[in-house]
Amino acid sequence: MFGPAIWRFGGRMDPLQEMQRLQREMNRVFSGLEQPLNPEVPPVNAWVGESDVVVTAELPGVNPEKVDVSVVGDTLTISGAREAAALKGGESYHRQERSHGRFTRSLQLPFHVEAGKVEAKYDKGILRVTLPRAEADKPKKVAVKCE
Amino acid sequence: MGNKVDYQKEPAQTPVKMERTRNRKVFVPKVDIIETGDAMMMYADMPGIDEKSVEVVLEKNILTITGTVEPQDCPGRSIAYSEYDFGDYERSFTISDEVDRERIVAVVKNGVLKLTLHKAPQAEVKKIAVRTE
Repeated sequence: MFGPAIWRFGGRMDPLQEMQRLQREMNRVFSGLEQPLNPEVPPVNAWVGESDVVVTAELPGVNPEKVDVSVVGDTLTISGAREAAALKGGESYHRQERSHGRFTRSLQLPFHVEAGKVEAKYDKGILRVTLPRAEADKPKKVAVKCE
Repeated sequence: MGNKVDYQKEPAQTPVKMERTRNRKVFVPKVDIIETGDAMMMYADMPGIDEKSVEVVLEKNILTITGTVEPQDCPGRSIAYSEYDFGDYERSFTISDEVDRERIVAVVKNGVLKLTLHKAPQAEVKKIAVRTE
């Protein structure tokens, strides 16, 4: 990562550009995030408990019937669409800041879940998916015997 | 390492910035504004609010929308991954005189605040007779 930069010191060097590049590189290394968040997919929060994981996503103004929640193995996928307001004749936008269109979000869960017992609730524009941990995946307690 | 105590007074910014009593993040909701023949429709994305926790105030020419959000935490679980933060909402708009102040309708559905600002009926044209002296 620092390799090619050494050679740049020889010829023309722009110190400001070099500093900014270094800063970007450092941020990337220490942020732990390999890729920046894609603004086109809804952001999610995940809460992990001992026996389940709760995933929440802010999806204001989405028809709950058109939200699709599916679980395959340990991957949760939330998809849906938000329709843009249909403009009739004579109507016009003064401002359009809200996004619309299809969205899909996949998330890898920390453990396998009981796909049949997944619950999804949509309230006040927030989707909350509760995924119970699969029985087979729960940690087994091993009793320590002494002889 | 205790908290550093600072006895120096904090200089104010000019003009003095508004501060909130609650130490919580505040977000600016995204809005769509659509003009129709007889009204202005305003849609604001405010996930987490309902009809009790949102306030629409019109003072002089300033229309302010505020939403208070309850923390979305899950008891017994700890946050493992976070891409968004929650907080209150606040945004103000200057509205023109052509909005009828008495007929502003606000509806909340699925975390979206919908405001209908009806246009005031056009002031009647007054004709002034011109006389000769």
